[in-house]
Amino acid sequence: MENKAIGLDKGWDYMQKGITKLKRILEGLPEPPFTSEEYMMLYTTIYNMCTQKPPHDHSQQLYDKYREAFEEYISSTVLPSLREKHDEFMLRELAKRWANHKVMVRWLSRFFHYLDRYFIARRSLPTLNEVGLTCFRDLVYQEVHAKVKDAMITLIDRALLKNVLDIFVEIGMGKMDRYEDDFEADMLQDTGAYYSRKASSWIEEDSCPDYMLKAMSHYLHSSSETKLSEKVQNELLVAYANRLLEKEHSGCRPLLRDDKVEDLSRMYRLYCKIPRGLDPVANIFKPHITAEGTALVQQAEDATSNQASSAPGVQEQVLIRRTIELHDKYMAYVTDCFQNHTLFHKALKEAFEVFCNKTVTGNSSAELLATFCDNILKKGGSEKLSDEVIEETLEKVVKLLAYISDKDLFAEFYRKKLARRLLFDRSANDDHKRSILTKLKQQCGGQFTSKMEGMVTDLTLARENQANYEDYLRSNSAAHPGIDLTVTVLTTGFWPSYKSFDLNLPAEMVKCVEFFKGFYETKTKHRKLTWIYSLGTCHINGKFEQKIIELIVSTYQAAVLLLFNASDRLSYSEIMAHLNLTHDDLLRLLHSLSCAKYKILSKEPNTKTISHGDYFEFNSKFTDKLRRIKVPLPPVDERKKVVEDVDKDRRYAIDAALVRIMKSRKVLGHQQLVSECVEQLSRMFKPDIKAIKKRMEDLITRDYLERDKENQNMFRYLA
Amino acid sequence: MLLFVSVSSKAKIKGLEKIDRLFNTYANSSLGMIDPEGIEALCSDLGVDYTDVRILMLAWKLKAEKQGYFTQDEWQTGLKALGVDSLSKLKKALSDLEKEVEKPSNYEDFYTYAFRYCLTEEKQKSVDIESICELLNLVLGVQFRPQIDSLIEYLKVQNDYKVINSDQWINFLRFCKEISFPDLENYDATQAWPLILDNYVEWMREKHS
Repeated sequence: MENKAIGLDKGWDYMQKGITKLKRILEGLPEPPFTSEEYMMLYTTIYNMCTQKPPHDHSQQLYDKYREAFEEYISSTVLPSLREKHDEFMLRELAKRWANHKVMVRWLSRFFHYLDRYFIARRSLPTLNEVGLTCFRDLVYQEVHAKVKDAMITLIDRALLKNVLDIFVEIGMGKMDRYEDDFEADMLQDTGAYYSRKASSWIEEDSCPDYMLKAMSHYLHSSSETKLSEKVQNELLVAYANRLLEKEHSGCRPLLRDDKVEDLSRMYRLYCKIPRGLDPVANIFKPHITAEGTALVQQAEDATSNQASSAPGVQEQVLIRRTIELHDKYMAYVTDCFQNHTLFHKALKEAFEVFCNKTVTGNSSAELLATFCDNILKKGGSEKLSDEVIEETLEKVVKLLAYISDKDLFAEFYRKKLARRLLFDRSANDDHKRSILTKLKQQCGGQFTSKMEGMVTDLTLARENQANYEDYLRSNSAAHPGIDLTVTVLTTGFWPSYKSFDLNLPAEMVKCVEFFKGFYETKTKHRKLTWIYSLGTCHINGKFEQKIIELIVSTYQAAVLLLFNASDRLSYSEIMAHLNLTHDDLLRLLHSLSCAKYKILSKEPNTKTISHGDYFEFNSKFTDKLRRIKVPLPPVDERKKVVEDVDKDRRYAIDAALVRIMKSRKVLGHQQLVSECVEQLSRMFKPDIKAIKKRMEDLITRDYLERDKENQNMFRYLA
Repeated sequence: MLLFVSVSSKAKIKGLEKIDRLFNTYANSSLGMIDPEGIEALCSDLGVDYTDVRILMLAWKLKAEKQGYFTQDEWQTGLKALGVDSLSKLKKALSDLEKEVEKPSNYEDFYTYAFRYCLTEEKQKSVDIESICELLNLVLGVQFRPQIDSLIEYLKVQNDYKVINSDQWINFLRFCKEISFPDLENYDATQAWPLILDNYVEWMREKHS
């Protein structure tokens, strides 16, 4: 260890060598990197020179020389290189020089680090780092910044720009004033003008996607991004928003049409930063979907009226399928391109609400949807699908249901069809039944599905009950009625209402019914059984000349046929008198037995329709290759009844809602009452304003409500 | 002092006597009140038609409860209020009565009364369309001729309503007073107008389009 003091000159010489080496490295000249020894020596030299006892304490001089090192380098090398270049090249050079300078500062301040620790701290002087940067600022920046700004404005290269901008920021050493004062104000104004010019040319030439691409690449430094972006945004996007979006061949609409997902996503990203910028996009999105949906509806209408050959209801089912597909497609847009933004969810919802509520060939969409479900779920339905596909499809159907305003209509149709499936279609899949009910419950609330769940439960109980009945029969074999009878007991409230006529049953069947009643009364005393013969099925053996054929018919049909056990030939009126049926029902029955596919009865005269003067005989000559045939009885059109029932329920629902609201509010204005009523009922259906007014009048007549004497638009609840 | 009082009370009694005597001229003795026949007689003596609106006004003044009948109480109270005790005075009072009814403070009361007067059955709440049309004509026809004619035409052709209740009735008057006619410009169906008027306005607009 040397104890003798190092002289300033000698010490500085040594340092100078290190500095020179560093410069060579920075200039890219071939030079081996510093070894850790060299580094240590340089550091130690400074250390020694600073810790020597005065007058050999050279801290001040070293501090000054440190600065001079930079100044010298800048003046001799850096500035000249910048001066000789222009525009983009100048910017590149500047960026390079700045990067170099930073490295130089880093290294030199490490060598001279000891100064930082004591000398600088003690005297509160600028740190080595600050000194280094200040040099650059005072010498380089001051000279070039105006030129740089001009060069930048004409530049498009973002990466380079960013580098140069960083200079402006870092020169400010943490404070933005350099950037703001020297650069930003002018930049904003010039940019505005610049982009305004650019935009007006781009909008003419470019397609919307290209325009957008150019717009994206023009965002500048993130710190001024708000101000700058606003300007840029304003010039590029807002000013031309409508023109851009409306561009005929490349604007928003064609992008949607051609499924340009990339471009749409970009459009979203650009516009989402602008306040209210997404509104015009959503405003094009919505009508586009509505138009496509409406077109589908129109297609279905046209197809149905043109093709008389296709089975009724096929086109409607196709429509539902296509609507589901449409929904999937645009939902994907909303989640992917439009990042699940609420504005677009809303647009989608509103668009679907418009065309999903249109009627197709006189059928409401609620009915179509219910038929669609029925087809999927019933055995022998037009769709033979795997379980997963069924599940998926049902999910989508329930989603579509959200857009339909007449949900109660759907419920009623669905319930009717469910009843049919439950009663006649025993082998259909139970799981699906339960799962769709769960989904409907989630979507529409428990009230919607409580009846249907009751129906399903009834069937389970009915099977149990039947088992008990059979036990009872076995234990009472003497009193056996002679015919096997299976009874399904249904709870009235859950099931759709069925007309039940007092059919005059054939004697054999009467015994059965009585017997069952006896059994049932042993189980429960307080229930009344109403027999719905219209839903029953009978297996009858027809002893025809050629062979015995088992006929599967409805109870009504069986009743007709059994009459012929007692008489050979019966007239229409006789049959009617025997059975006590209406004309409508009897016509249908006799038609199914004598004029349809299987002529079990022969009719005189042998025409295609039934009239009141006809005569009927057992057709002993009838035969078929099968041993067991089902003689179908076409069901009555339920639609009218369903619509009537739903209307009736709606009246009660409106009444209840009005009373509920008025009871809690006591006094309420007309418009508010109406809107609250609509709100409360919206889960099930969209009430007609006129219907509400009518119910209100009724409530006034029944003294539930009265009109306020002073204010004609105000109503009061009468307790 | 006593003399003074007895003179005035005598005068009172005398006045009441005259009213009662007038009452008995028209009353049905077995019923103890004036019945439709009596009213007809009264009308002809007054020189007024049975269906004249002034008789309705008289009933209003008398606060008569039942259509076609005046009780003794009603008669007494009414004639005293009118300040008449003879037929000739009553005749004169009728024209004053018209002016009294037309005063805005009384008119609505009279109008409402007219409807109630038609509720002849116990618990009856509504009046049939035919009678309503006549009543409208009688009560509002003079003041609102064009509206009433048009409204009556509509009431006769529409099928939605077979009877009119008091709420609808009161709104007919409001309609005539507030809604410009025949353009119906300021009618707003989203307000609490009864449905029948909404339908009427729709019908009018269709007719004139």
